[in-house]
Amino acid sequence: MTEPSQLSQLNGALIWQGFRHLAPISLFVIVFGAAFGLAAVQLGLTEANVLAMSGLVFAGASQFAALDLWGDRIPLFTVMITVFAINARHLLMGATLYPWLRETSIGKRYALMVLASDANWALAMQHFHQKKPGFGMLVGGGLALWTAWMIGTGLGIYFGNAISDPKAYGLDMAMGCFLLALVVGGEKNVRIVTIWGVAAVASILAYLYLPENSHVIVGALAGGLVGLLPGGDDRDR
Amino acid sequence: MVWWACCPEVTTVTVEIMISSPWFIIAAMTVTTLATRWGGVFLMSVVPISNRVHRFIQAMSASVLVAILAPLALTGDWGARLALLATAIVVLIVKKPLPGIAAGIAVAALVRWF
Repeated sequence: MTEPSQLSQLNGALIWQGFRHLAPISLFVIVFGAAFGLAAVQLGLTEANVLAMSGLVFAGASQFAALDLWGDRIPLFTVMITVFAINARHLLMGATLYPWLRETSIGKRYALMVLASDANWALAMQHFHQKKPGFGMLVGGGLALWTAWMIGTGLGIYFGNAISDPKAYGLDMAMGCFLLALVVGGEKNVRIVTIWGVAAVASILAYLYLPENSHVIVGALAGGLVGLLPGGDDRDR
Repeated sequence: MVWWACCPEVTTVTVEIMISSPWFIIAAMTVTTLATRWGGVFLMSVVPISNRVHRFIQAMSASVLVAILAPLALTGDWGARLALLATAIVVLIVKKPLPGIAAGIAVAALVRWF
């Protein structure tokens, strides 16, 4: 078995590998960055505001949600609670990467998380489970997604929406299909499928009946609880 | 789980500060998001990793994407649902992600065309 310390390595070649791995899916991110840039300038944010928000926050769904609350006077706590709820999934990502993060220095482990988002986290986890170094995927993939998000935001600000109706071309499904491909392409056994089923049902119930934006956390925690049931194996880290 | 239980509706927050500086809001969003990216790592560094915690985290990592996707499939239009179905089928058959993603996008576009 490969030691976590070996899997936790990171160098330029691994970052480049991660960048190339997520470059294709990042092209679709440009489309949504453009939609965000356009929506934001139409609401009256300055170009510098919009670019800074995309560059510093780098979490699309929460940025769109903030625009919904935008105005001459903006409710600070409501924005922060909304952003926290939508981005709370990052807490799960940091926790699930911890077995490999703890092999790195304290400064490095927090630096590695700065660009964490759905796609590059999922790809990093997939690599770790296949006993391959994953942090190149997290950092390099994150750089690809961030670059695309910034290019898209800029296009939206200066040229309007790159594609008038991305939904008509199915482009809104690119990220969902990518994440699903990672789920379906992973390991499958009775235990995993049970965990998926519980997570799916719990997230749907939370989506329907619990406060907005709670479904990812509720579904993931419910799936995690299934992991405590007897059965399955403990050898895999 | 306190964070979602405490605030049933974001609009009902009673103590509120109205801010007119966009830069202040952007800074607050940046700090909040960074706290989510770092918070899970920090929590794990103070929790002793027992076998139970390890099993919980492992099962949770398998659940995150499903929890993102399930409501998307439920509330999406037929274009979205059939796109996800097409991706799943193609990935199961060819064992590669990119053809599956391409199939999903194509199906969504086709369904919405008609």
